[in-house]
Amino acid sequence: MSDTSFDYYSHKKHDHGHGEHAPVAGRDEGPPSDYEIMSRAMQELLEAKGVVTAEEIRRRMEIFEEEFPYRGSRVIARAWTDPAFKQRLLKDGKAACAEMGVDLEATRLIAVENTPDVHNVIVCTLCSCYPRELLGMPPTWYKSDNYRARVVHEPRSVLKEFGTVLPEHVTVRVHDSNADMRYVVVPMRPERTKGWSEDRLAEILTRDTLVGVTVPRVPVKG
Amino acid sequence: MRPGKRAQARRERPSTYTPAPGRRFNVGDRVVIKHAFPPGHRRTPYYIRGKEGVIERICGAFPNPEEVAYGFDGEPAKVLYRVRFKQNHVWPDYKGPARDIIEMEIFEHWLVPASGRAKPARLPQRND
Repeated sequence: MSDTSFDYYSHKKHDHGHGEHAPVAGRDEGPPSDYEIMSRAMQELLEAKGVVTAEEIRRRMEIFEEEFPYRGSRVIARAWTDPAFKQRLLKDGKAACAEMGVDLEATRLIAVENTPDVHNVIVCTLCSCYPRELLGMPPTWYKSDNYRARVVHEPRSVLKEFGTVLPEHVTVRVHDSNADMRYVVVPMRPERTKGWSEDRLAEILTRDTLVGVTVPRVPVKG
Repeated sequence: MRPGKRAQARRERPSTYTPAPGRRFNVGDRVVIKHAFPPGHRRTPYYIRGKEGVIERICGAFPNPEEVAYGFDGEPAKVLYRVRFKQNHVWPDYKGPARDIIEMEIFEHWLVPASGRAKPARLPQRND
């Protein structure tokens, strides 16, 4: 996207074969939607008034992809190694993250802890509310109607499809992230991770473990 | 609305868990979600309307999303609660164990005190 003369409003049909550059999504085809036009117009107005620059917006998008997705693993790895930090995280997620220099901005965070008796899983049935400042952009499945409609109604079946089979004695605790709070799961730390550094622990704290559709696993040495 | 006025109001809130003085409910209170279907932008999922649960925690007071959605300032702020429900109460055909629960955030004006005697859902403790 280095071509700065790219015309967002061009409705002209492509005059070459699509094999040359497969579209990322079907919506890239055809005229932009009303919302795309509105969003683009808003950005142009903000730029014209000197409120933001195109570079700042581009940088913001880059941070979303480069930095935010790794924050959650770091925070939970700290919780695994520092019990006092974990208690503070469970009490006030945003304040605890700030201690680590992780600014959640407008996000208010509730951390929910998995135990031998409780497994937490997060969804937003109304849209796709997600702790973006902690985990980056939500995965496609998180936004799908299928996940959103089913995980509240048949969470154990959905978890099984993610390879997570929970015993009957474990309470499944679903969190519908439907308003102002955002959620992150504090998974149980696997055995066989004694003495691991925070960096090494962070590697097994994948995005899906922090949403609660799976649990961290120690890779088997091959 | 002046640009940035609401953002500034948010920044001035004292903590991530905003106090909610004058609220109607406390943790542990049993409540019923209003079984109402007004038009417009509502953050109360359809599937939970008419269901009974227990206040799990108080999130604080937040601008009313039903107003904010239409460009108003959302004032006065409404108290937001997290409410816990038993899954087999929410879904009569629920297939999982009776201990499974679901929790979500509900604004105060959607809550009425429960009058029934249903046993509230609780999380298992290690010494159970």
